[in-house]
Amino acid sequence: MEPNNLCTVERRGRVHVITLTGAGEHRLGPALLGAIRSAVAASAGAGALVLAAEGKFFSNGFDQAWARTVPLHLQATMEDAFRALVADLLALPVPTVAAVTGHAAAAGCALALAHDAVFMRASRGFLYMSEADAGIKIIDFFAEIMREKVPDAVVRRDLLLRGDRMPAAEAVRRGMVDVAVEGGVDDVVNAAVGEAEKLAARGWDGDVVVEIRKAAWPKLWSKVKDYGGAGTPAVATPRL
Amino acid sequence: MCTMEQRGRVFVLTLTGDDEHRLSHALIASIRSSVASVAAASASAGPGTALVTVGEGRFFSNGLDNIWAGTSRERLQGLVDELRPLAADLLALPMPTIAAITGHAAAGGFLLALCHDYRIMRGDRGVLYMSEVDIGLPLPPYFVSVLRAKITAANALRDVTLRGRKLKAAEAKEMGIVDAVCPGPAETAAEAIKLAEQLAARKWDGNVYASIRMSIFPEACRSIGIVEESDEEKRKHFASRL
Repeated sequence: MEPNNLCTVERRGRVHVITLTGAGEHRLGPALLGAIRSAVAASAGAGALVLAAEGKFFSNGFDQAWARTVPLHLQATMEDAFRALVADLLALPVPTVAAVTGHAAAAGCALALAHDAVFMRASRGFLYMSEADAGIKIIDFFAEIMREKVPDAVVRRDLLLRGDRMPAAEAVRRGMVDVAVEGGVDDVVNAAVGEAEKLAARGWDGDVVVEIRKAAWPKLWSKVKDYGGAGTPAVATPRL
Repeated sequence: MCTMEQRGRVFVLTLTGDDEHRLSHALIASIRSSVASVAAASASAGPGTALVTVGEGRFFSNGLDNIWAGTSRERLQGLVDELRPLAADLLALPMPTIAAITGHAAAGGFLLALCHDYRIMRGDRGVLYMSEVDIGLPLPPYFVSVLRAKITAANALRDVTLRGRKLKAAEAKEMGIVDAVCPGPAETAAEAIKLAEQLAARKWDGNVYASIRMSIFPEACRSIGIVEESDEEKRKHFASRL
């Protein structure tokens, strides 16, 4: 994978760790999404994957500032790239763990939920579906992530219709996050890597993991499968 | 049969009279008309409104007018068909909705309460009750869709539909069907209006709010006859706001 200033990859034991770099909001624009997709593709040979971030934010959602600079038909490239990344994660032949090291809002929250397991920092940061407050409608595949991964009607309503900001402890209690981790960013990442190592140690057949995952979230898979997964190369930069 | 008043940013729909508020053709039409006026008023009122539905007397609503329908299947089906667009109006309403369950809510009355975003219920008397299994009536498909959308815990859904369990407010709260329990009807109504004011104060764009609501349970919306906006239309809306 080519070096970039958007995310790094490293191997810790059998775990492929992707870290969104820098102290910014890690807004999911086409460039960062492309970099993450490349990083995910570079996980071949690993036993598990962790996605983490530096700084105060895991990700604060789509890059709306970028969207303002391009015409409508090009804005779709950001949405498509996100859809492709979700497909890549669903089709990945190893277990995936999101290390939500800071605030995760809108697409950032959805990205965390698209992993098999979610570890989250207890002392800081919250999950927040900001769409109602921001006046943004939710398109179907995006809503499908929430419908498949947040099955409880009341939690869905509080998150999406009331824009609740959910810290880790509450998110665990309400079934959205697996573990709330005390301490700082590094503690969260270490805990996520520890979990990923345990999952990798199960030695599961990768093809079987993929088939079971697709069968567990069939509606979501059907809505993203034409965009990524199955070794589709990372999105190239749009032709100008 | 029902009244609609506006208190600041909150619309209050009251099912009047100390009767069972049986959902007859007349009452359904009356409620639909009031709900339509709220939807229209919200357009001019701008962002930040909410609806509270409350009942006078011992009943929120005891369901469709089975008394009038008697043994006539056509009459009963007619009422079932008439309630469906009212349910649709509520699920598509461009503002937060709260049911102040001030008395018994059974069958179609329970469904009416479920068609709201939030439910606040009196704890001293009254039950939520899907009576169909006990009466020997199948559940209309759109009833089932709304039940499945709003009651997602399998045991809770089973208890409500297959066991005909009569739920007091405290039990309903534990099952995630009711959001808050209040001592009596006056407190229930007051709490509902207070919540409505808090939600209205968030100043959500009503059109966006309704859109997000529908994206949470698209199957229920389809079943009830609402057509969700396409992704294309949603994207255009987003682009127009940039």
